[in-house]
Parts: sequence; structure tokens; C-alpha cells
Amino acid sequence: MPVPYQLQCRECRALWGNQPVSFCQNCFAPLEVTYDLAQIRGQFNKDEIARRGTTLWRYKELLPLPEVCDASLPVGFTPLVKAAGLGDYFRSKSLYLKNDAVCFPSLSFKDRVVAVALTQARNFGFEIVSCSSTGNLANAVAAQAARLGLKACVFIPADLEPAKIVNTQVYGAKIIRIAGNYDQVNRLCSQIADKHRWGFVNVNLRPYYAEGSKTVGYEIAEQLGWRLPDNVVVPMAGGSLITKIYKAFNELMELGLVERKNVKLFGAQATGCSPISAAVKAGRTEIDPQKPNTIARSLAIGNPADGYYAASTITGSGGWAEDSSDPEIVDAIMLLAETEGIFTETAGGVTVGAARKLYGQGRIRPEETTVLCITGNGLKTTDALAGRFEESEPIAPKLAFFEEYLERELVKEAK
Amino acid sequence: MNVTVHIPTAFRRHTGGVEKFECSATNLNDVVDTLGTRFPELKPHLRDQDGKIRRYLNIYVNDEDIRFLGANHLFSEGDEITLVPSIAGGK
Repeated sequence: MPVPYQLQCRECRALWGNQPVSFCQNCFAPLEVTYDLAQIRGQFNKDEIARRGTTLWRYKELLPLPEVCDASLPVGFTPLVKAAGLGDYFRSKSLYLKNDAVCFPSLSFKDRVVAVALTQARNFGFEIVSCSSTGNLANAVAAQAARLGLKACVFIPADLEPAKIVNTQVYGAKIIRIAGNYDQVNRLCSQIADKHRWGFVNVNLRPYYAEGSKTVGYEIAEQLGWRLPDNVVVPMAGGSLITKIYKAFNELMELGLVERKNVKLFGAQATGCSPISAAVKAGRTEIDPQKPNTIARSLAIGNPADGYYAASTITGSGGWAEDSSDPEIVDAIMLLAETEGIFTETAGGVTVGAARKLYGQGRIRPEETTVLCITGNGLKTTDALAGRFEESEPIAPKLAFFEEYLERELVKEAK
Repeated sequence: MNVTVHIPTAFRRHTGGVEKFECSATNLNDVVDTLGTRFPELKPHLRDQDGKIRRYLNIYVNDEDIRFLGANHLFSEGDEITLVPSIAGGK
């Protein structure tokens, strides 16, 4: 049986079979994977899924996987955490965190997209896999390529956080640092992919790669007991993730796995790079590119590839978009850590900071079920907290010194 | 005054394989019109029904996205104009 999916132009709807291209050869608009849901329907049900391993491969029928592929890496199925502490802060009793800060293997949601993209990279016979990255994607490509025995060569803006660079190099991947911002790196990669036969996960493999993001949506629905939330707050860089969560919910409704519901999608950006949220706030779907200036470097994409589609999804769902300034991002990182024990990177700070505003504005109501997508791990961006905590003086390893210390601290606290 | 226009592989099926060409276009509208006149097969893919340049067509002047320079930006002698289809993205 042929695979039940193929590439389709998002604008002219032309069908392109399966091949490593990201845009329509007729009209140059982006391609996305379309499924024959009639063929998929009835191939699996909730009980069948429940029996499968707790990884993103449990939704294999809804992913563009080759007939033969290595689906053994336990990626995805991250915790959906009921957030009582942060919920109290927002006066909400039904707040959840989708915690991809602990996604396997490289601690961000990018492991999902890469897992799917690399099955196709192998299928198409690429020996070198690559990407343009703000850090997390490079980590995910490097880690998974190492395991699959593929060569990885990734392109990053030169000013990335040191942790994200080491977290790529350790897997033996080649890093090419570009003296420019992400958008410039991205353009260069489009030109390289045009000339060299490399598997760029987010360029020529992009339609397949992007489908991996849908698993965030499937997992949210399943972990809520096969029901959809009222709201989801999603960080936006290129804008793909938010559109794919929406697509996932629609597929589940179409397949009868969840009841029909209008889920509101809310997008979060850093104020210093907010082309999509600016468009939503202005009531537009056309995107004016920006020059990024934010500590949330994983979201610093001024020319978002899926910006138009993200803005359309948000407004079409009845949602909204908000942005967080650099100080608000740091405050939100600490708020999440102190209330929920989850340390997220700056992108998570953007999401929590935006949620804070959305609750404040009454756009998200406390009685509604809301999920915040935490997409990355705080250990990768510790520099964002530099200077936030005082370095304490060490004390001698003697009980008397500890007692003295305790007394001093108690006095301090009493003040 | 001449500028060089670079055409990506995907577009070349509409340009008879031409990879780059020189022209005397002076600004964005001019270069898009020149492309459409010179390569009639490419023309419908450059602008939408309202005559606006299609949103997934990215145009760079040297290394800068033309949207930062403004639609009325005047080209200079020797400028390299690069077309890039539906650019990739991140999160």
C-alpha cells in the first residue's frame, strides 16, 4: 500500500508526491504534508494507542514516516503537568504545562521535528544532514544524527549561547558559525540547499520536519483524557509550531478521537522580535519583518517563514498574541521555577510572561482549561540569569559556623 | 546603470535555465516587471491578483531583505538582486 500522505502546495493545492522540497515548483509557495484520512481512519483507535510505547511514535499513522524507518528513539511524550502553583498565581484551577524542557534526547521540542525529519533524510538517501538553527534545533540534529550514523553539519548565528554550541559539538557535529543573525543564516541555508545535496531538516525536508510538531497537540489531547483544552499558549519564532498544534487538534476531531471544540490558540513572542504578535495586534496577517534584539535567541527570527499562517491560525481560532520584554522574560523564568519547579529557557519565559498578560487582560479566563507550551530547558540559557543571584561566601565545615550562619540569615529574613 | 539578478534553481524552469542576468532595473517594482517581461512564464508567480508581490517571494538587495529598505529603494550600480523562494524557519 502506498504511504497515505504526500506534499501539497499551501496556496495552489497542487500535489507533489514525496520528495525533499519545501516549496511548490509551480508557484513557489510553501508545501505541507496532506494525509488521506479516509485511509488512516480505522487503522488505530485510543485503546491501540494506549498499548503503544510512550513516545511520539505512538501516533505513527498521523506522521509522514517512510514505510521502513528506525522509530526506536524514545522521543516525545513529555509530561503534561497540572500547574497548581502557577495556577494559583493566575487564579486558575485548570492550568497545565506541556513540559518539553525534558524532551529526549536534547531537551527541547525540536527533538520531535528532527525525529520525523531524519526518517525522511534516510529515506531520501542523504548522507549529510543540516539545518539553520538558533541552537535547539542544532542540538537535536547533532544528537539524533550521531545515533543514526549520519553526518551533521549545522549553521548558527555566531552570537549563540555557549551552552547551545557545546551541546551541538559534543555529538561530533560540525558547526559553521555565521557572522549574521538567524534570518541571514536561514537565507544562506536556502541557497546552499539549492546547490548541494544535503538534507536540511528545516529547508528541503521542512514539510516533513514540521509535522513532528503535531505530536505536541496529540499528546496534550491524550494526556487530558482525549479531550481538547480551551486555550493553548505557544511560543513563536518561525510560527510553525502553533499552526501544527492546530492541525493536530483538527485531525483528532476529524478522526473522531476527540469531541469537536473550538480551541483558542495564543501566540507568544519576545517584544524585541515580535513580527507575528505585532501583526495579530494590528489585525493583519501580513508580516513586516523585524531585526531581532532580545535575550530569547531561540525565538529571534525576524522573518518568520510561517508568520502569515501563524497569524491566520491565531485570529481564526479567536485567540490573540502577546509579547514579553527581556526583564519580563527573566521574571517569568523565575516565576515558573519558583511555583512549579520547572527551569525553562528564555522561550519558556516568553510563554509564561505572555500568559501572565493574557490572564490579566481577561483574554484567557481562569475557569478555562489552558495549556502553556514550555519548549526548552533553562540549563541551556543560564546566561539570561547572570547577575540575578548573589554569590554567597563559603563557610568553614564546622557546626559552630553553620549555627552562626543560620542566625545571620534569620536576622536577615526578619528584616 | 546595471544590476545583476540571481535566479534560484526552482525558478529556472520558468526562465529557460537562465541563472542570472543583468538589467537596468532601478527599484523593486521595476525589477519584478523586468523579470515578468523577460520571462513571461515566471510572470504569474511574481504578483498576486491584486498586483502585489507574492508574500512567499523573498527579494534581497546584496545581503539585505528589500522589505527593510522599502519598496521605493533605488538600486545602485552593481547591486546583486537575489530571489529566494518561501524561506525556511524555526519554531
